[in-house]
Amino acid sequence: MRAYVEGIGLLGPGLPGWAESRAILAGDSPYVATPAVLTASPLLPPAERRRSVPTVKLAMAVGAEALEQAGRDPATVATVFTSSSGDPDTLHQILETLATEERDISPTRFHNSVHNAPAGYWSIATRCREPSTSLSAHDESFQTGLLEAAAEVSADGWTVGLIAYDLPYPEPLNKVRPIAGIFGTALVLTPQPTDRCLARLDIDLSRRDEPVSRMAEVGLEALRTGNPTGRALPLLAALARVVAGGAPETVVLDLPPGSRLVVRVGAPC
Amino acid sequence: MHPLSLSHMSIVSSLGAGQDATLDALRSGRGGLKPCSFETVTLDTHIGEVAGVDYIRLPPELAGYDCRNNRLAEMALHQDGFAEAVAAARERYGADRIGVFLGTSTSGILSAELAFRARDPQTGALPAAFSFATTHSTGSLADFVRCRLGLEGPAFVVSSACATTSKVFANAARMIATGLCDAAVVGGADSLCLTTLYGFHSLELVSPTPCRPFDAERSGVSLGEGAGFALLERTAPKPAPGTIHLLGAGESNDAHHMSTPHPEGLGARLAMERALASAGLRPEDIDYVNLHGTATTYGDAAEDQAITGLLGTRIPVSSTKGYTGHTLGAAGIVEAIISVLALRTGLIPGSPQTRTLDPALRSRYLQANENGRLDRVMTNSFGFGGSNSSLIFGWAA
Repeated sequence: MRAYVEGIGLLGPGLPGWAESRAILAGDSPYVATPAVLTASPLLPPAERRRSVPTVKLAMAVGAEALEQAGRDPATVATVFTSSSGDPDTLHQILETLATEERDISPTRFHNSVHNAPAGYWSIATRCREPSTSLSAHDESFQTGLLEAAAEVSADGWTVGLIAYDLPYPEPLNKVRPIAGIFGTALVLTPQPTDRCLARLDIDLSRRDEPVSRMAEVGLEALRTGNPTGRALPLLAALARVVAGGAPETVVLDLPPGSRLVVRVGAPC
Repeated sequence: MHPLSLSHMSIVSSLGAGQDATLDALRSGRGGLKPCSFETVTLDTHIGEVAGVDYIRLPPELAGYDCRNNRLAEMALHQDGFAEAVAAARERYGADRIGVFLGTSTSGILSAELAFRARDPQTGALPAAFSFATTHSTGSLADFVRCRLGLEGPAFVVSSACATTSKVFANAARMIATGLCDAAVVGGADSLCLTTLYGFHSLELVSPTPCRPFDAERSGVSLGEGAGFALLERTAPKPAPGTIHLLGAGESNDAHHMSTPHPEGLGARLAMERALASAGLRPEDIDYVNLHGTATTYGDAAEDQAITGLLGTRIPVSSTKGYTGHTLGAAGIVEAIISVLALRTGLIPGSPQTRTLDPALRSRYLQANENGRLDRVMTNSFGFGGSNSSLIFGWAA
């Protein structure tokens, strides 16, 4: 499957956006893991902005960055949202409330608990009625999201915003499901090259045992293994080098059991 | 889209386990809704609980996946020869050539609800037996079913609220179209839990009586649980007589509100229009629509506007949620299978409990069963966050 990258969004510890992070990802600048800061999206109407939970803030921030870079009206772009789970704070609060006698869940908290809450807020903010799907595959959520987004580009000819995000849970869930840092990323993928294209991706499923791509830098490697969306980092690093004029690279992401997602990253033409 | 063959399917709901039990209930008008006595829930409502879930045992090697949601899935895999049909397909195509695209909104959250109640009073720690990855995690359903069926193709869970197990048909169609798979298991499971019962109650959407879609005195949803699966394959050059095809799928967003549909049903209509376009059909080609029809005032009114605006007022439509309750993330697959059963048998199900049609609604809503030849049926699923999906099934041409 072939897709062209028109825009990239990124927000994580020490990675405050694509432009600011390119040199770090390419290995040309040192990495310092300062905590990521989440803010509510200015795209949202005020009532929704007040209600927006961390997953919504993160997903919308990286999605907006990628769409802006692509110069596309988000109302015209289909979306794939992917995350290992829903909003961690909302989930914690609901589970605590249900463990009490009253079980008095707030309606806002309940609608924020659905896995597709970021997709819902995104469509409200951008007036987008194009298809949107919200996926989960535990530690392989980013890989399966990339596969689905590429399939939409390839089979249906859609331009797709892939938006991936994962955040840590509070205790006690953190003990049973530790997630390192706040990390989100987004890619705008198109079926045809345009004059805004940054790179070309050729994506295949493989049953061979190519070694999975890793990050050379210790902190970034910890983010890659510690946060499901962090699995995107080798692809982002390859994009950073190729966009800067580097030679084509091949990135290998694991897709258990026994498969690999092999992504060849090259210049758009 | 290129049609796909729907070669096998299985279903479990409060109507019973398997296609025969489901058809029997629809034919005789026997609904599955009963006063709620689920777990420790004290809400005044009716629910569609599946009998016998507590007694299901997963195979020993998969015991770590044990939770209500995966038990429901296990029950459905055993019905209608479904697991055997997938095993035969695995022989034909190879384990890595069959994808698993399933939906759930709750996954095994009941396990986490029970674990939070059993937290250590001193440390706040969760019980050691609680397994997040295999029970609570949203993706655990696809992981469990993939392992249970011995499949190694791409696998994920779609969790787009109540459109979820309808949307997976489109995911499968894309994966097969791109050549990543030769066949796919689609469907999913959603189980009763406190989060959805108390959550829908907080939104004041839960009815104290069995739900009455399209009734002038409707008062909200009855929640239910269910599971179902379908095996989708590329179409044969000369399909056997009686073969059912997935002809089209349409997806859209409302872009309106998190928990209320667009008042004129714009997103719903767009999903139906896209399903027709993807099937290359016109509105008059549809013989029956299984509505989303939750029995909320806003939801029914929006869908009625979308239906009458696009399909007119002559096509028979009905919601089967008066039988099964709203099975949330499983509604798409449960109602897709009911729609295919209608196609196969010519039984167009009427709607139990709906006595006096809301005069403001204009669709030709069926209160009693009808019989007749059907060529193409549509099924609608609309969810929180404005996520919409519409599917069209018909006989292989």
